Amino acid sequence: MTDEPKRVLDDDASERVLDDDARMRRFVDRFMQAVPHLQALGIGYVRSGPNWAELTMPYAAHLVAYPETGTIASGAIFSLMDSAAGFSVFTTMGRFEPHATLDLRCDYLRPAKPGQAVFGRAECYKMTRKVAFVRGIAHDGDPDHPVAHVTGTFMLTGAS
Amino acid sequence: MSALPPYALMLGIRVGEDAVLVMPFSPHLIGSPGRLHGGAVAGLLELAANLAVRDALAEKSVVLKPVTVTVDYLREGAMVDTFARAHINRLGRRVANVRVEAWQTDAGKPIAAAQLNIILER
Repeated sequence: MTDEPKRVLDDDASERVLDDDARMRRFVDRFMQAVPHLQALGIGYVRSGPNWAELTMPYAAHLVAYPETGTIASGAIFSLMDSAAGFSVFTTMGRFEPHATLDLRCDYLRPAKPGQAVFGRAECYKMTRKVAFVRGIAHDGDPDHPVAHVTGTFMLTGAS
Repeated sequence: MSALPPYALMLGIRVGEDAVLVMPFSPHLIGSPGRLHGGAVAGLLELAANLAVRDALAEKSVVLKPVTVTVDYLREGAMVDTFARAHINRLGRRVANVRVEAWQTDAGKPIAAAQLNIILER
């Protein structure tokens, strides 16, 4: 997730442009269409706030890691959380600052229930000039009983 | 090697020579323009770790549960084939600790590295 937002955006990227939900949704819809891997996983936008974003990944047969149980792959949840965390950096900046994942740690607390969509909610809790610090959870219906917990850092690659 | 799960097949991953996993480039792996999505690379790393532990275990009935996965992204993933190899740091009775690296054109220049703890349920 780096330069793409600027290309699809018709607003001035130097200003806060993500402050209202309609603009965010319009942007995210275009963004999703421009990111093939998000489409391959079926990842979609749910909602966002000043420093957080929530995405969802519907249950699908091609996400399964254990055919005997129907449990989806932890790697797919990792993708969902990487994406949600990246979006939380956008909403925190209020603009589409290019950034790259430095590192991401995912603790898998329990398997996601087969058949259930997984939601990934991430917040950017600290922003410095060059680094964004993120944390978040993945859940399959009840945020109080998450399936995964994530912490990570992003490098703001556009920072001078 | 064990049969690959649907998620691995979706990523297009296959088992190469010398226990190296290969994820051939495909457009559906792209994140931002011209680059692989970090999540696809993480999926490859996790799978390499799981298969390495599975192969190292004599008892095939053991259930593997990755519990912590940390990925460091070292270089941009280009639109070419990606390879991954796992190294088992420790294979205990209850837990395996594994390091995995992914690279593209040069094995000496990894694009990502992962560290995993995998719980072994016997």
